[in-house]
Amino acid sequence: MKLNVSISPHVRSRQSTTTIMLDVIIALLPSVVVGVWVFGPRAFAITMLSVASCVASEYLYEKILHKPITVTDLSAVVTGLILAVNLYSTAPWWLPILGGAFAIIVVKMLYGGIGQNFMNPALAARCFLLLSFSRIMTDYPKIDGVSSATPLTLIKQDPTATVPLSDLLLGTHSGTIGETSAIAIIIGAVYLCARGIIKPREPLSVIISTGVFVTFFSLIQGKPVTLDFLMVHMLGGGMLLGAVFMASDYATTPVTPWGQVIFGCCVGFITALIRCVGGGVEGMSYAIIISNLLTPFIEKLTLPRPFGVKKERKEREAK
Amino acid sequence: MLSKTFRGGVHPKDKKELSAGAETVRLEAKGELVFPMIQHIGAPAKPIVNPGDRVLLGQKIAEAGGFVSAAVYSSVSGTVKAVAPHLNQSGDEAPAITIENDCEYEAVPGFGEPRDYDKMSREEIIKAVADAGIVGMGGAGFPTAVKLTVKDGIKIDHVICNAAECEPYITCDYRLMLERADDAVLGMKILLKVFPDAVGVFGIEDNKPLGIESVAKACEGSDRMSVLPLKKKYPQGGERMLIYAVTKRKVNSKMLPADAGCVVVNFSTLIAIAEAVAKNMPLVRRVVTVTGEAVKNPSNFDVPLGISSQELVDAAGGFTHDPEKIIFGGPMMGSAVYTLDLPVTKTSSCILCLSNDETKNSEPTECIRCGKCLYACPEHLTPIELKNASDRLDYKRFEELGGLECIGCGCCTFTCPAKRRLSQSITMTKRYVLAEKKKGASK
Repeated sequence: MKLNVSISPHVRSRQSTTTIMLDVIIALLPSVVVGVWVFGPRAFAITMLSVASCVASEYLYEKILHKPITVTDLSAVVTGLILAVNLYSTAPWWLPILGGAFAIIVVKMLYGGIGQNFMNPALAARCFLLLSFSRIMTDYPKIDGVSSATPLTLIKQDPTATVPLSDLLLGTHSGTIGETSAIAIIIGAVYLCARGIIKPREPLSVIISTGVFVTFFSLIQGKPVTLDFLMVHMLGGGMLLGAVFMASDYATTPVTPWGQVIFGCCVGFITALIRCVGGGVEGMSYAIIISNLLTPFIEKLTLPRPFGVKKERKEREAK
Repeated sequence: MLSKTFRGGVHPKDKKELSAGAETVRLEAKGELVFPMIQHIGAPAKPIVNPGDRVLLGQKIAEAGGFVSAAVYSSVSGTVKAVAPHLNQSGDEAPAITIENDCEYEAVPGFGEPRDYDKMSREEIIKAVADAGIVGMGGAGFPTAVKLTVKDGIKIDHVICNAAECEPYITCDYRLMLERADDAVLGMKILLKVFPDAVGVFGIEDNKPLGIESVAKACEGSDRMSVLPLKKKYPQGGERMLIYAVTKRKVNSKMLPADAGCVVVNFSTLIAIAEAVAKNMPLVRRVVTVTGEAVKNPSNFDVPLGISSQELVDAAGGFTHDPEKIIFGGPMMGSAVYTLDLPVTKTSSCILCLSNDETKNSEPTECIRCGKCLYACPEHLTPIELKNASDRLDYKRFEELGGLECIGCGCCTFTCPAKRRLSQSITMTKRYVLAEKKKGASK
């Protein structure tokens, strides 16, 4: 009889990195499906190219550098999907391939691979594309044969413009592949929270703080704040998608409970600043990657206090 | 009523159904019995018998080696065969007394004679507990009499019976709740006499409704004793978590339970106290669960201390197939052993034979910073940071982060999706830091 000997604990939870990534993929599916339904098969092709590029980049990088192959943990698939849902379906075929390679090689692998990157790879890649190919990246897709601006662009030009709520919920308006349907994103969010992959405080702090700061800045500027106006800000752009899938990213956001709330508020603040004060229309991607840079500091400030240990500051004062 | 609990913790599958239905069966030893001198925390016991001596059931064979120590009694009558080192469950050899059983069970005079604890003073009760060699039988093995000896000026207002049994698989305390609740309540009454200002609380996890019912029935008619259902969550039976669940008071590593007005005693230990004080029986037997997927008939056995583990497994019908791992204790904090040639000691609650070793294929991968270790830590530590500090050998940062508060429950390692060995690293570093401190203090 041969017996294994190791230090306790001798049992492990079923969850692994792969199952977590699989859950995120499942949560992203409704948004991708709606994207393909609204924008047609081209959206599907863009998504597939983006995923393939991310997986291939990771595989080739590790193969060439003789590192262990980690593509089976599915994190590259998640990066590919998140990049894809952030692109317009009108993108040329090479755009998702370039973006995927940039996300994986430059942002993720060069910094040490999974868990080590300090910026969200998909969003960093999106910002890279946005700065490098701004004309292509703002080429709105056609809906029912008519080219139209995204809801956020509409209200940027005219704050009193309105978009029907049903369009915002179902996603039948212009936008990137995954951002248009609020319902699809919320289904994904509920799934992730129910499976314990993300905590509700992460997306909620982003959503609430964006709403508060958008209202605040608009009032300061003397713009009318109506329910329609807020709804477009909340549901009409990439805010919801970013709040659920990107501001809750493990590697690039704080692990501490209060840190996550503070991080969410930072994202909301910067988003509102870009949208209302700055010249940008969207702002979400930049808000998240800028906040990503604050993560180590926020985390340091919000480390939980050990159970039963009183605040050190008080002890020092007592001395 | 809502079950009380703490923040953090994990939910491993409890697998108690394997042996929970098996009534406790009394076993006697067929072969030799081995009594290690270290069955507790503190100084090793000192042998007071020599090879060739005849000893009786209930005879003291080793005396306490200091204040924090415990005596050892023979659980059979027979001849001392050896006083020599024997393998123990942690894998090294420790002094032990080997006794050959003559199967006559001739007891020392006065063994099992009823005693009226009501007429005993507080000091006499504590002395009786100390003399009986009783230690915490849940696994830690802290000498019980030391726990009961509270410094002057400290008021104990809660005597808490730890009947959470939060480790998966183990059912020995559960069976005792069903079968011997009255004895445990007697033990609690004795402790309440020691602490006249205290109330007695039995903390039982709510996955044992029959246990709660049985103990509550035994408590009936007493206004100083009650049963408190606790949420089923690991490590609910951790001393600090239990004290928090019952009293909302927080105990840290620099405090004793007594500093929070509490004394915590395990359920089996309570029965041992009742036997020692009211029946004049030293600690010579205990109930052990033999379970796991590899065991033919998972069982609960009432056995003499010192009996070989092999005999227990044989009595449970042996193995259906070869186990991959055998654990003394539960799967979260128990020790894996490589042989069954080990005696049952005062702290052996369970012999767990797993047919599938889950740790075998869980090679650690890179941390994905999911934060699950933070949410699982019952001590509200940051295992991810502690592990990083450990890997860097940064002991200063380790202490700053509160690493010495770690209770080694293993929740972080259990929950980690990247299968990182968090608690293992943290425990190792904690031991090193404590050893260095001890060295520094003795200089």
